Amino acid sequence: MEWIFLLDKTIIAFIAFSITLLIATYSTYAERKIAAFLQDRVGPDRAGPFGMFQPLADAGKFFFKEEIIPATSNKFLFIIGPGIAMTTALMTSVVIPWGGTLEIGDRLVSLQVSDLNIGVLYVFGVVSLGVYGIMIGGWASNNKFSLLGAIRASSQMISYELGMGLSLISLIMLTGTLSMSEIVEQQHGFWADGYFSWYFFKQPIGFLIFIVCAFAECNRTPFDLAECEAELVGGYHTEYSSMKLGFYMFAEYINMFISSAFMASLYFGGYNFPFMDDLGLSQNWITIIGVIVFFLKIFAFIFFFMWIRWTIPRFRYDQLMRLGWQVMMPAALLHIFATGAVILFNQH
Amino acid sequence: MNGSTSEYLPMLIQSVFALGFVAMVLIITHLIGPSRKSAKKLENFECGVEAKGNARLPFSVKYFLTAILFVLFDVEVIFFYPWATNFKEFGMDGLLSMALFVALFLLGFLYLRKKQAFKWE
Repeated sequence: MEWIFLLDKTIIAFIAFSITLLIATYSTYAERKIAAFLQDRVGPDRAGPFGMFQPLADAGKFFFKEEIIPATSNKFLFIIGPGIAMTTALMTSVVIPWGGTLEIGDRLVSLQVSDLNIGVLYVFGVVSLGVYGIMIGGWASNNKFSLLGAIRASSQMISYELGMGLSLISLIMLTGTLSMSEIVEQQHGFWADGYFSWYFFKQPIGFLIFIVCAFAECNRTPFDLAECEAELVGGYHTEYSSMKLGFYMFAEYINMFISSAFMASLYFGGYNFPFMDDLGLSQNWITIIGVIVFFLKIFAFIFFFMWIRWTIPRFRYDQLMRLGWQVMMPAALLHIFATGAVILFNQH
Repeated sequence: MNGSTSEYLPMLIQSVFALGFVAMVLIITHLIGPSRKSAKKLENFECGVEAKGNARLPFSVKYFLTAILFVLFDVEVIFFYPWATNFKEFGMDGLLSMALFVALFLLGFLYLRKKQAFKWE
């Protein structure tokens, strides 16, 4: 039994891992196509039909390019930096519940790699390790622009982590658990006890704070000061080439994918969809449709990320820090108390 | 093996996948990429201008302050989590005792604001 459990989990981990990489690769294509669409251009269209093979060509090129490690850099840390960034990005997907449970024979297989009872905290822990990848890479390059980019990126990420952590507390007060699978299960269906069951409808302000912080955490526009071309050459990865540069790029796209998945499962019901109990389908079919619905929600968030990128200009650094420390943090604290008061009011 | 420890095993499996993938790809690219190095190529890139000095420079103390403040506040945020998980059982008492904690939290925050720790111009 133990071995079958581990085998199931290995297969799920492998599939989740491959899908993460595939989506990260194709996010680059989506980004370019969406950018083209929003700017009334065509976008990549040469490699394969509609340029579909462009990301594969790009990934292939990353393999065959010359690696350059600057002579004055710290070689060991220079290699370790992108490695850490990529590994931590790949590790966060462990606690995401990709779907409900499948019945295979007489066994129930839950489509989640690891149902940790501290799932939410685990994600925060791993995400904050990602800062090391950026900081180490930028410092080891021994380039002033890389260093500035790295310092900017890491102080931005740690600042917004506070707002992010605080905004989730009001959600945790409602759920009473930190396990991702239980939080998703609580949002079963779409309508329960005379109200929407998805937490977005109970915590709209919390979600707003969270999504702003998630944008900053992923270094996406309008918070992409780390790679502000006008002031820094290219940000913390100026000196990087070949697959090491690829790792930083992929890590960014994976983080975007994972934070979309995180938001979809915490606030938008994960794999739950309206009328899931009224369709009269078997458990397996519900689960399969649930997985598709979950990915559609994730894609909607990824599209939103890209849409924002081509709509809102970049902040100035002092504006960014002011927003993080003086707006997001107090707002999240107030929101905790408002949530507490509402919960107590409903209890009596 | 009880329920919660066995949940950490799949996590280890995933970390093996992740580390293995990263290490493998780094080694492969190192082996198959061309290697034609020259002194000019290995120089640092600073907008095409000759590089001056090196980057082991002191930087604005503001960043250091931000990092210290983050550590301070993040520890306080962690204290919120166990409280939030059990909030429904604590009821009114829980909210009031947390109000005291947050009052201290805010006091520190206002002090920092007064000291202009958040001012970046």
